[in-house]
Amino acid sequence: MSAPTAARAPRAAAPQPRRPSLLADLRRVTRHQLFWPVAALVVLVLACGVYSPGFLDVTIKDDHLFGQPIDILRQSVTPLLLGLGMCLVIATGGIDLSVGAVMAISLAVSLTYIDATGPGTGTALVAVAIGLVTALLIGAFNGFLVTALGIQPFIATMILMVAGRGIAMLVTEGQITTTASPAFKSIGSGFVLGVPTPVVIGAVVFVLVTVLVRRTALGMLVESIGINREASRLAGVRARGLEWSVYAICGLLAGLAGLVYGAPTMAADANNIGLMKELDAIMVVVLGGTRLDGGKFSLAGVVVGSLLLTTIERAVIIFHIPSQVTPLFKALVLIIVCLAASERLRKAVTGAVGRLVPARPQEAS
Amino acid sequence: MNDQQGLGPSPVVEMRGITIEFPGVKALDGVDLTLRAGEVHALMGENGAGKSTLIKILTGVYQHSAGTVRVAGKDVHFGSTADSQAAGISTVYQEVNLCANLSVAENIMLGNEVRRGPFIDWAATRRAAREHLARLGLDLDPRSSLDSHSLAVQQLCAIARGMVVRPRVLILDEPTSSLDKAEVAELFRVVRALRDEGVAILFVSHFLDQVYEISDRMTILRNGQLVSEHRTSELSRLDLVQAMVGRAGEILADVSERAARVAAAEHDRTSPVLTAQGLGRPGSAAPFDLDLFKGEIVGVAGLLGSGRTELARLLFGADKPAEGTLSVQGDTRSPTPLVSLRRGVVYSSEDRKKEGIIGDLTVRENIALALQAGRGPLRRIPAKELDEVVERYLAALQIRPANPDALVRNLSGGNQQKVLLARWLATQPKVLILDEPTRGIDVGAKAEIQKLVTELADQGLSVMFISSELEEVVRISERILVLRDRHVAGEIHNGPDVTVDSVLETIAGRAS
Repeated sequence: MSAPTAARAPRAAAPQPRRPSLLADLRRVTRHQLFWPVAALVVLVLACGVYSPGFLDVTIKDDHLFGQPIDILRQSVTPLLLGLGMCLVIATGGIDLSVGAVMAISLAVSLTYIDATGPGTGTALVAVAIGLVTALLIGAFNGFLVTALGIQPFIATMILMVAGRGIAMLVTEGQITTTASPAFKSIGSGFVLGVPTPVVIGAVVFVLVTVLVRRTALGMLVESIGINREASRLAGVRARGLEWSVYAICGLLAGLAGLVYGAPTMAADANNIGLMKELDAIMVVVLGGTRLDGGKFSLAGVVVGSLLLTTIERAVIIFHIPSQVTPLFKALVLIIVCLAASERLRKAVTGAVGRLVPARPQEAS
Repeated sequence: MNDQQGLGPSPVVEMRGITIEFPGVKALDGVDLTLRAGEVHALMGENGAGKSTLIKILTGVYQHSAGTVRVAGKDVHFGSTADSQAAGISTVYQEVNLCANLSVAENIMLGNEVRRGPFIDWAATRRAAREHLARLGLDLDPRSSLDSHSLAVQQLCAIARGMVVRPRVLILDEPTSSLDKAEVAELFRVVRALRDEGVAILFVSHFLDQVYEISDRMTILRNGQLVSEHRTSELSRLDLVQAMVGRAGEILADVSERAARVAAAEHDRTSPVLTAQGLGRPGSAAPFDLDLFKGEIVGVAGLLGSGRTELARLLFGADKPAEGTLSVQGDTRSPTPLVSLRRGVVYSSEDRKKEGIIGDLTVRENIALALQAGRGPLRRIPAKELDEVVERYLAALQIRPANPDALVRNLSGGNQQKVLLARWLATQPKVLILDEPTRGIDVGAKAEIQKLVTELADQGLSVMFISSELEEVVRISERILVLRDRHVAGEIHNGPDVTVDSVLETIAGRAS
């Protein structure tokens, strides 16, 4: 078959085969689902660089990388970890509202254990393990509600979104558990080969998840469930089992996000850790070009979405935007990106332009 | 019969030089279509000829890239289905496109509810719905949920819905594929009444009898191009079929011959591939026994709702059997889709859209799905192996376009069906259960699928062939199971003296 690129090329019909290729390439690039988020990211970073010279500088102090770009990377790890799990859940046609609460629970469990046991490295490792296992179990519970009991994902995960913080409070006995463990703290504030540990964790998890999903058939089967569950079931796909594991993975990653997020302060504040983070997670998934109704998904999109979200939050500070209107600025950027990426809008615009400059005049609107 | 109209009923719709492309598919290339007031116009062509695409341009679903559309003498450009409806064009689509969980009245009147100020006057809305149904000779409770009715009744509701707006043009895209004879007659009565009121009707059907019965004129498409336009009375069936497909006649002759040979061949009747004993499920299918032997084609005949699909679903495990045993070469595990798939029993559903294709995935992925599911999610099929499988089936089944990266939803119905067949065949099954594999696809593709089935049986595959079209069942089956009221009412051994009529008699219960 010939290249199926220039689908609706406005009557650039055949004659010169080579000439429109540049245009076609350009069109293909701009139609890529990640083009607009990446473009927004680049523009924002450059704008920050122009507004605040030195923004883009990265310095090395004591063999460690420092600078605004590094901070952005570091902060984007939380939405990234949440977004990766959320992305898989959304691909099956579901949603997980509990990830913010799961962050609070895993941190509470880990810090309470450290508080009770002591600051040793071994303790820290065990604490991490317990935190993650707890998160995994919570994810599995969500999966149980959704797949075995058939509760709609929105409601099923809302249960823990609401109850989760209560559970975290029970674990910390209503206190903000603060404790000290250098090993545990380094998860959030340490460096590996000069790179902040959270960034390394985020990168490793991204690669692991990508390999797990794309080097096996997991990704395709998850997409197929999200697009047409019954047809997938009849094709022998174990929709329930897959969905269950996807919720478990999402829980596990949320737990990890909680540990990474809470480690620098070592304070398990059950009421505030991960608050509203589920919405950030959904946002970065959508920014990355994955549709909320399931099906095709993009993990690379989650990376871009996380960076974009974090950069917006940083840009607010750089631009000295008054804190009262910060959410407005955030919303504006998001709306612009979503509109730019909207196929329907593009069609409407190209359609309107096409009608203004038609090959033959047409009277009807 | 109704050719008393002179030469020139005025054209309501004139489409000229319509061209549209999809990624990887040139769907239409310079096609013309003219619809006249008070005429039934048939749009004919093979699957993938571009009939549905042309209709979707007329209804504003797709936008053409070249050509003009004139409605009632005015140039129009439909940016949306609303534009098209505003111009008086109403459509009933091939697959029932209604909201199953809404009531009958809501479905029929959706968007046209009777209003009192800002509120909907439900009593009047239901009354109006009842009137529209009555026009079709249907007496339903407008409050009842749509999914409580059979597919045929739902189809009639879709037609009632299309008539609510008193359209200037009514498009019927395969309206009869799920209707029985009496319902078709009923529909045609309505169609004629509308025609006589001056409505221009565009009729698409694969049933030639119906086309000849109802249409005044026809436009023939092939491969996205216009072949010709004729008065129905001036075109013989043979010429029509040749214009549409050319080669289908030969294929069908070949099918009959091969089917006879397959049936004549001595099968090993000592050990069945699949044995069902007292298999049943309340409300679905009454307990039945069945032995399926290697290399035989067993047809399943019965009216809509007689339990054909339910029987197939039990054999595959799409529904869990409540009683009885099922044994596939000695394996007596209770069937689930995955268990069945792994032991070589596959089922192709009658509902291509809902239970078959994964629309947003590519042809390659759709073909790979069952094979991959059988291996489990973690052992991905190596790309090279998959490419070979996909290439093999694209070629063997002549899937158009032969582009593994095309999205399945952009393919025509017949080609989607072939992709599904490829999906099942790729798992190298022992038993293939086909539920209405030829529904809503054209003569040529139908013939190809029947030919394929006989070839597969020749190679030792056992096939269960369910179809509403008895001609097909009689043509290719070795045995025919007849179902009535969810029971297996009889079994016919096919032979020269078995005809569609004799099978019908068994279905009706007059002989056995």
